[in-house]
Amino acid sequence: MSNIPLINARDLSVHYPLSGGLIGPKPVVKAVEGVNVDIVKGSFFGLVGESGSGKTTLGRALLRAAPITRGTINYNDGDVEYDLHEVKDAALKDYRTRAQLIFQDPYAALSPRMTVRDIIAEPLEVMGLTKSRAETDERVREIAEKCRLNLEHLRRFPHAFSGGQRQRISIARALVSRPQFVVADESVAALDVSIQADVLNLLKDIQQEMGLTFLFISHDLSVVAHVCDHVAVMYLGRLVETAPTRDLFFNPRHPYTRALLSAIPSLDPDDRGKAQKLEGEIPSPTNPPPGCKFQTRCPNAIDICRRDEPKLEETGKEHNVACHRWKELAEQLEKVGA
Amino acid sequence: MTRLLDVENLTLQFDTDEGRITAVDNVSFTLDAGEVMGLVGESGSGKSVTAKSLMKLNASNAVYTPETKITLHLESGPVDIMSLRTSKEMQIVRGAAISMIFQEPMASFAPAISIGDQMVEQLMIHTDMTGKRAKEVSIEMLARVGISDASTRFKQFAFELSGGMRQRAMIAMALSTKPKLLIADEPTTALDVTIQAQVIDLMKDLVDEFGMGIVFITHDLGVIAQTADSVAVMYLGRLVEQGSVRDVIRKPAHPYTRGLLDALPDLDDLESPLTPVAGDIPSPLERPPGCVFNTRCPVNIGETCSTKVPEFSAVTQKHHVACHLRAQEQEAKK
Amino acid sequence: MTDSTVTEAHLDQKTKEAYFTAGQGQLIWTRFKKQKAAMVGAWVLIIMILMGFFAPFLTPYEPTIGGRDADYVNGAPQIPKFWDENGFSARPFIYTEERTRSIKTNFRWVTTIDREARRYVVLFPRGDKYKLLGLRFDRHLFGVDKGQIHLFGTDSTGKDIFSRTFHAINTSMAVGTIGVFIAFVMALIIGGVAGYYGGWIDSLLQMLTDAIRTVPAIPLFMALAAFIPDEWSAEARFFFISIILGFINWPTLARRVRTHLLSERNQEYVLAAQLCGATPSHIIRKHLLPSFTSYIIVDLVISFPYMVLSETALSFIGLGLKDPVNSLGVMLQSVTSADVLLNYQWYFIPVIFFVTLVLAFVFVGDGLRDAADPYADTKK
Repeated sequence: MSNIPLINARDLSVHYPLSGGLIGPKPVVKAVEGVNVDIVKGSFFGLVGESGSGKTTLGRALLRAAPITRGTINYNDGDVEYDLHEVKDAALKDYRTRAQLIFQDPYAALSPRMTVRDIIAEPLEVMGLTKSRAETDERVREIAEKCRLNLEHLRRFPHAFSGGQRQRISIARALVSRPQFVVADESVAALDVSIQADVLNLLKDIQQEMGLTFLFISHDLSVVAHVCDHVAVMYLGRLVETAPTRDLFFNPRHPYTRALLSAIPSLDPDDRGKAQKLEGEIPSPTNPPPGCKFQTRCPNAIDICRRDEPKLEETGKEHNVACHRWKELAEQLEKVGA
Repeated sequence: MTRLLDVENLTLQFDTDEGRITAVDNVSFTLDAGEVMGLVGESGSGKSVTAKSLMKLNASNAVYTPETKITLHLESGPVDIMSLRTSKEMQIVRGAAISMIFQEPMASFAPAISIGDQMVEQLMIHTDMTGKRAKEVSIEMLARVGISDASTRFKQFAFELSGGMRQRAMIAMALSTKPKLLIADEPTTALDVTIQAQVIDLMKDLVDEFGMGIVFITHDLGVIAQTADSVAVMYLGRLVEQGSVRDVIRKPAHPYTRGLLDALPDLDDLESPLTPVAGDIPSPLERPPGCVFNTRCPVNIGETCSTKVPEFSAVTQKHHVACHLRAQEQEAKK
Repeated sequence: MTDSTVTEAHLDQKTKEAYFTAGQGQLIWTRFKKQKAAMVGAWVLIIMILMGFFAPFLTPYEPTIGGRDADYVNGAPQIPKFWDENGFSARPFIYTEERTRSIKTNFRWVTTIDREARRYVVLFPRGDKYKLLGLRFDRHLFGVDKGQIHLFGTDSTGKDIFSRTFHAINTSMAVGTIGVFIAFVMALIIGGVAGYYGGWIDSLLQMLTDAIRTVPAIPLFMALAAFIPDEWSAEARFFFISIILGFINWPTLARRVRTHLLSERNQEYVLAAQLCGATPSHIIRKHLLPSFTSYIIVDLVISFPYMVLSETALSFIGLGLKDPVNSLGVMLQSVTSADVLLNYQWYFIPVIFFVTLVLAFVFVGDGLRDAADPYADTKK
């Protein structure tokens, strides 16, 4: 892994205007607000959050599939460098060949009226990356084999395949243009558990083989823990904590991260009742609370939390937290010996 | 513990354009009052169809075999569900003795009627309460499931509530008729994990308070470990293992159960690789002969597995598994 | 495994493979075939289309004034018989009828049937000339050796209703086809643009569509009918009416196109294509159009009967087609008098044909609609 961040985002915000409000400023939904994040080349970066966290929007913004309201995103893969907020026309087209998306729903992501071969070939044909049909076919076969798809099945239509197989087709389509950066948006959430592991292993293998950088968006922390080397946690559009995986899971510093981890149902039937339960609901993104967005549910919230929004600060090696009280809470936990 | 439900030889097929598809194949289990039984399986396992059979909610092209027997033990005596034919007869059971909550709460509330009106309607159909009393009971239930400001929420519509609240409201509606049996079909799958934890806690409290039996359907073994007393694992329409939750999760006997547990990411060992279960789930149109799991089984012992359907053998008194290999091991031990 | 199971498994595999490689069209056809009502409807439709197309051959006489039978005005249907009191005949025959008027009958026309004089049905006789596919023919399917045969009777000028019915089917189908075609083209363009781009373009086009929909058809036609110059030939009038019908009916189709597009363009596979930088035309061609072709075909088939019925209604009240162009509406123009209702009920025979035609369209359309989304049940 080199140290140039592939993606360097500063103060990234994505706001969607709402209809209504004749008088005064138009209401907006701040789907993503003030995000600073670095994704290093070659990493398998996890982005975790619940509903309303903005993780999908962030992923799409990094692909220029969502409108960027404010902030900068720098893309630098050693070959080219783009400011993703400003890039357009030919440069944008070039970026599209380098950054792709794998969708969540294997049933909606494949056009039901195209054969598998055509689906996988489409990026090559649309972006003009190959010169002849033979070359296209060769590339399609190559990536299909990498994704462990039976070559005979290329003639079939999507309705012939199971969820896991369709997801592999989706992956093949995303990878056929040999991108540098791939966003996997909840790509295993719709799959059965016994198949999830298979697809995750495939992603990891391909990452090693092709030297890709992944942004893995998921709500499932245990999955993220196993495949990602770096994790970022989002809550209501803000980044609340980022750290290398082991650090995050064994040493979570943000109360929300701690709550998330403890909410994961443990496979140990005797491990009941020890979890720290989080009360309340996620606030509505159209009407976020003042100060720290988590303060309405945080067991450790004090006055300053209700007034000022905490900024992401560095608390250790690559471990950043946005919490006013992270230091004292960490010390408390140490004393308790947790 | 009083016996609440007896399911014997439940076999269900669907008549479709592609032919007769077996959705549930000879499933038997029992449930006691106050017991939470987890029904675990992946897609195509038949767990939802099994649960719907308890209230005969399956589509009209469903064909039950004559050996199928489902008995609900009520205070007034046992009720043979299969013999209930008309919807009038079923009404005694549906909504009153048995209630069901679903995965997608938005889909179970009518969008144009307020939540309160729907709850009151349910109560008035199944009990002889007056409208006024029904309203009181409904608001009480809403408060009981942790919805603050229940009397205001009573008048709201489903779309005005968040996902977690809707699920709670659905639980309130299901429990307001004080059913003996609650069927929960993936109730927490669509919820955020922090909300899921709350709802699971709520359901356990309600079991303690109301004493009903719950059939909890899910694919999430973690949720089962936290909520259930007993577990039944289904694969492609067959029951492959059942027992107490401790036995099945700590000492899984069936290769499929073991495979499922192995495929789960383990937070205690981040370095270990994820091991999937080999192969793909066959389509219900192509159920393998013999043991349905034989095409993917890592310990397939050959011809027996691909030709003979395994019977249940006891691992312990309460823990049963349908596997030829295990049966052989048990024989060898004798 | 025995041989039979191997071949069975092999066959099974072949059918499965066929299913897996079947494109959208084939899947729809397979599902369509399974619906009996729809298949019956489809056959009836094909037969009726052929009846209309080959009408000049199948019917013995010209449907216009030129082919009328002056001797048999308002005559009852003549059904060929094989048997009567004079004996059996292998060839079907009808009786000769004569109309006389004399002082004995108070100068009213009275028809007498001469049961002794038989007229035999002949196959492939020569008759009135006609043009089919640009070629001239004069053979008809059947006729009688002397005089004329009227299977459905005649109308007040002696025109053979049987011939007129078949030709009318043809005319109505032609009007319907032109109307549907025009409506379709306009709906595709307007609905397509509105649905794909959304936003203010959509709002604008919606206003236009709604405005056109609210125009009441009857007064519009009355106005137009008043403006059609009398010198226009029957053909010109025919085309004009068809075009107007198309212009009136496109809003309904456009709405459906727009709705399909609006929902389809948010599908994830469209986003996937956009993320490759696909142009809107590529997306429309390769993703959106195929996705709603099946629905649009259903819509087209279902709008056909509306066109036919609209034309019927208009011609019936005299605002549409006129003689000599023949359509159901034209044929029904004369049925409203009490005389006809009481005495000449055979004027209504064509109605049966049209009801059948419309029903056939409806059954086929319903069948297509049910078969049209072969992917509906493959979603989880």
